[in-house]
Amino acid sequence: MTKWQDFLEKDGKAPAWPYPIRYDTEQEIDTDVLIIGGGIAGCWAAISAARTGLKVALVEKGDTIRSGAGGPGCDHWCNAPANPLSNVDPDEWAEHMAELPYSNGIGTQIQCREDWDTLLEMEQMGGKIRDTGDDYLGAKGRDDKTKLMISPRYTRVHSYIPGMVKPVIFKSNPDQKLNNMVIRVWGTTFKPALKKECKRLGVRIFDRVMVTNLLTENGVQGARVVGAMGFNNRTGEFMVFKSKAAVLSTAGDWSLYLLNTELAGYNTFRSRTTTGDGVGMAWRAGAALTLMERSGILMLGTGFKHTWYGGAGDASYENLPLVDAHGKRLPWPTQGWEDAGAMRPSPEDMEKIIKGVQSGEYALPFYGDFPAMPDVERRVTWRLMLTEESTTKNIVDSYGKGGFDPAKHLLQNYSFVEGNSPSQWRTAGGGGPVVDWDLKSTLDGLYVAGEQVFSAGDHSFAASTGRYAGRKAAAYAKEIAAGKVSKEQVAKEKARVYAPVNHDDGIDWKELHAGIARAMQFFGSEFKDENLLNMGLDALKEIEEVHVPRLHALDPHKLMRSIEDLSLLTHGQIILNASLARRASSRPLNFFRIDYPQVDPPEWQKFVTVKLENNKVKPGELPLRYWGNMKAEYEARNKDYAGVYQGK
Amino acid sequence: MPRKKTYALPNVTTPGQPVIFHPEVCNGCNHCVEVCQIDVYIPNPEKGKPPVILHPDECWYCGCCINDCPRPGAMTFNWPVQQRAYWKDKATGKVLRDSQ
Repeated sequence: MTKWQDFLEKDGKAPAWPYPIRYDTEQEIDTDVLIIGGGIAGCWAAISAARTGLKVALVEKGDTIRSGAGGPGCDHWCNAPANPLSNVDPDEWAEHMAELPYSNGIGTQIQCREDWDTLLEMEQMGGKIRDTGDDYLGAKGRDDKTKLMISPRYTRVHSYIPGMVKPVIFKSNPDQKLNNMVIRVWGTTFKPALKKECKRLGVRIFDRVMVTNLLTENGVQGARVVGAMGFNNRTGEFMVFKSKAAVLSTAGDWSLYLLNTELAGYNTFRSRTTTGDGVGMAWRAGAALTLMERSGILMLGTGFKHTWYGGAGDASYENLPLVDAHGKRLPWPTQGWEDAGAMRPSPEDMEKIIKGVQSGEYALPFYGDFPAMPDVERRVTWRLMLTEESTTKNIVDSYGKGGFDPAKHLLQNYSFVEGNSPSQWRTAGGGGPVVDWDLKSTLDGLYVAGEQVFSAGDHSFAASTGRYAGRKAAAYAKEIAAGKVSKEQVAKEKARVYAPVNHDDGIDWKELHAGIARAMQFFGSEFKDENLLNMGLDALKEIEEVHVPRLHALDPHKLMRSIEDLSLLTHGQIILNASLARRASSRPLNFFRIDYPQVDPPEWQKFVTVKLENNKVKPGELPLRYWGNMKAEYEARNKDYAGVYQGK
Repeated sequence: MPRKKTYALPNVTTPGQPVIFHPEVCNGCNHCVEVCQIDVYIPNPEKGKPPVILHPDECWYCGCCINDCPRPGAMTFNWPVQQRAYWKDKATGKVLRDSQ
């Protein structure tokens, strides 16, 4: 009796909804600092704000204990140049990272300066960051004094593909020692420890609450953010949060172009919950967004599909040699010490492999030759890294139960057996609110952290920018009185949110999701021009005006999925508007306009921004390095930064 | 011949049953219901019984429910067929699947 259909068969009826239904009730919460999204960035923001003694509320769609992309775990603490084993100066490493076009120099500088301190605080809270049990004595990269374990990633260049980034001789590393920039961690211990610390510091946690929109002063678009609204996705209760400052630490958007709403996670790299809610609410409140026109290639139908993160357990991980079906070694990087963590072959090697596959020199399928690895390195990869990485422990355990023994068995690799052509569908490409050196958006009272920042990094980026944004939001909240909430704005949002439960018939969230995805596949894909983009806006407008009013939700959970669809719809509209605003093609943005074919002309090498003003789209621009001198600007604004937390 | 009564039910989603509960070990503490970030489960109407898998299609196999289960063995993964692995014994060259 654990499947819903069991109940139909046994009782002749579905089980009753297990939570009280409270669509008609409203809860109001007053706080100094409001954190929207309780993943890695959100937890760190809450902790850092609560340490200043202010009242902090944290709102999370799932349960803070394991929510977010980093909730299940994390195996690499990347770009930690301030760690004691690093051979490169943090500011120099940050500059190097920010040379990548359309990167985020502000977030990068914060990460490089503060993520080592952040990791030490993680350890204080109970996170495991060292090989204290001496389980991996003799592994390359293990420092016997500190028991820290360095990963081969970025030990030579900051790139996964050889030749993509020019080798750099750092002034701070003239002898070209290994950079030692990435630390292996036992990240499955992190999230529960963060939740515990939030509670210990008195953060009020509202789990299973989806924030749906921001509150602005007097309800005016572009005015100061004075709180947010949402609802409990188990009970349906409406929530109004009034705050002096808010941190937007929501997730990105990973399913906008996907028709299929089943097999979640396999196709999107992330859970169903990542639907771009934060970008949508920042847009409606009038914040300027950037890089919304950038797109990624969807990890579907390519070799990427079978990454560990995708839930498929592909054999391609650190220090693992790849061989063909006859055991012949391939010129594929091992992502290890011998190739400095490179993940994909250089273009020349890829050509050799393709020709080899076609001529029969390399027989398919390829395999990861775990037995060929030294025992300790095999354990580091299989036991430490893959067990601690988000969503992969279950694969290691399941394979173990199925009889897989890495000392004896080669694990199949999926490259080429499922083709080698890139997928046509896109993903949203990491755009987000424009931020300043306080990680403040263009709206007063609204700060941004983690994946919600444009061009965000990974776990350590989320942690360090969350910690930073929480600190800055608290400093602002200390100086300002509460703002005025508009009753009209609350009433309008309630009407929007509850519409799908107010009629008995219509279309389900899954069908609407597919409709939005199809419009994006047609009009926001590889070939773009003004006509197609405008057709796309018309298509989404039609969905908004004709089909959204037909949305029907059976219960608070499906209501959440329905409102997530509306986030995706808004997200699609922003992408198409941003695509219209960039009248040039760009390789780093994976953005090609048929009507503006010139690739990266100098006059378009800038951030294009879009925002709503009186509900009209207003494009703008910012120079590529609008953040100025990273070291000087960071230092000017962080004179009071006290390093690792010493308080209670 | 099927012995059970046949009902008119809609199709089951893919996956339909991402995990299998083992009622002899599971005491219905509902910890998995709490750690799941997408609410795949709801508590069983009968106290002490394993949770009900209500939204199996939304499972992204993050593994938290099983990894954090306070009673190991109370639930196991049930990987969808297309997601099963292939591997090869280095000594014999025999190709194996995880159900073999």
